[in-house]
Amino acid sequence: MRLSGQVLRSHGPAIGLLAALVLAWELVVRALEVPVYLVPAPTRIARAAYEVRAVLPAHVRTTLTEALAGLAVAAVSGVALAALMASVPFLRRGLYPLLVLSQNVPLVVIAPLIVIWFGFGILPKVLVVAVVGFFPIAVNTVEGLLAADGGMIDLVRSMGGGRWQVLRLVRLPAALPAFFSGLKISATYAVLGAVIGEWVGASSGLGLFITRAQASFRTDRVFVAVLIIAGISIALFALAELLARVVMPWRYTRASTE
Amino acid sequence: MSTSPAAISVSGLTHTFEGEHTVAALRDVTLEVPRGAFASLIGRSGCGKSTLLRVLAGLVTPTSGEARIDGKAVGGRLGHAAYMPQQDTLLPWRRAMGNAVLALELQGMPRDECERLARPLLERFGLGEFVRAWPSELSGGMRQRLALARTFLARGPLILDEPFGALDALTRQEMQLWLQEVWSAAPVEERRAVLLVTHDIDEALLLSDVVHVMSDRPGRIVARIEVPLARPRTIADVTTGEFAALKAAVLRALGRGTG
Repeated sequence: MRLSGQVLRSHGPAIGLLAALVLAWELVVRALEVPVYLVPAPTRIARAAYEVRAVLPAHVRTTLTEALAGLAVAAVSGVALAALMASVPFLRRGLYPLLVLSQNVPLVVIAPLIVIWFGFGILPKVLVVAVVGFFPIAVNTVEGLLAADGGMIDLVRSMGGGRWQVLRLVRLPAALPAFFSGLKISATYAVLGAVIGEWVGASSGLGLFITRAQASFRTDRVFVAVLIIAGISIALFALAELLARVVMPWRYTRASTE
Repeated sequence: MSTSPAAISVSGLTHTFEGEHTVAALRDVTLEVPRGAFASLIGRSGCGKSTLLRVLAGLVTPTSGEARIDGKAVGGRLGHAAYMPQQDTLLPWRRAMGNAVLALELQGMPRDECERLARPLLERFGLGEFVRAWPSELSGGMRQRLALARTFLARGPLILDEPFGALDALTRQEMQLWLQEVWSAAPVEERRAVLLVTHDIDEALLLSDVVHVMSDRPGRIVARIEVPLARPRTIADVTTGEFAALKAAVLRALGRGTG
């Protein structure tokens, strides 16, 4: 009971506000008789979701797989590059501007190129997600690695620890909070990346579902997909948060024995 | 005296930090800490005491002069002195045991063997029940004891940089007496040599056989004061006339080293 009370206290305002917005939306759409292809009412969206319940799971599975695989690629390559940049100042100075520059090419330009290069399978979608997720992870992790406490590094060195041991014992664990900050940002955008990849060309996935729904002016179905995308994004964010708690238990124990 | 080399010997050590602002940190410092002896180095903040310890730890290569540990020149070699930096620098991501065994682990000792060695020491340091605790769960005094346990488990003479500087006055006094106790628990011939850096005169006199007084920057040794008080010393010793006379001598030496 105490837990549910806590949940209510922290999330109550958001839930209440959301419920009020949905209710207002329903009432306004009904009162003004807005055509369904412009803005469907929430009840209409619910009905559309029920209609497509048979085909949705497959699309969701495709998109989720792409998002998770892309995130994994982003995390591994982001951390590897970050470690490289943190330990070789020359590479840091050289790569940092390029990294920032790479973020200025719009995704809608990159995504079709990646599809042209890598075909219509799952690979190009995974790569689009990785391209989106790579930057926040790499940048955060570099900063985290460089911000490691000098005293701790000196300590490990005074005990005879070399470069690799300093990285393993001090720099990497010290960078974990920053890495997870990056991962949470990337997780939030991962589904978006997958959907854009699918939108360019796919045989399955929520991006394809949206494209088809739009082509037949089924705005209610577009809304269904949007809601599912939002739900998956929140779930991925929560997963990153959960992972952070599992990997960094010391960050979540604060009770002093004094 | 025996012919075995001193635990710590420093001769003609001079160090200047080059850079935007050139800072002369140490000038012609010579001192010796015999095996099994407890020595202090006292001086004002910023006088170069910490730099001397960092040279002994192998973290700083001095501009000129020589530092030897157990007769071997340090010359930037790491892993030969048990160094305790000014902050406790416990790794937050390692439990108390993991922090304690850090030096042993870095020497390549298997983890279970490390723990077997560390456990009795942690018990003696009053941390027996807390081996599984994260550093963030420990009180200030416990953190300091853990950092000292970690230092005791490292190789070579103990070089301690203001180990109790961050503690409140009462805890600090407790810890000073406690340090004396754990240090002198070993038989005389097995005691570790200690070089303690501090700016607390009482602490230096209470714990040491010899107090080396350092001048303001660039630091040089201006006095070497023997402390002939019998051990074990108690907090009552601090109020004796003999103690006051020694304190006056340290203060005079510090005064000479100013400006």
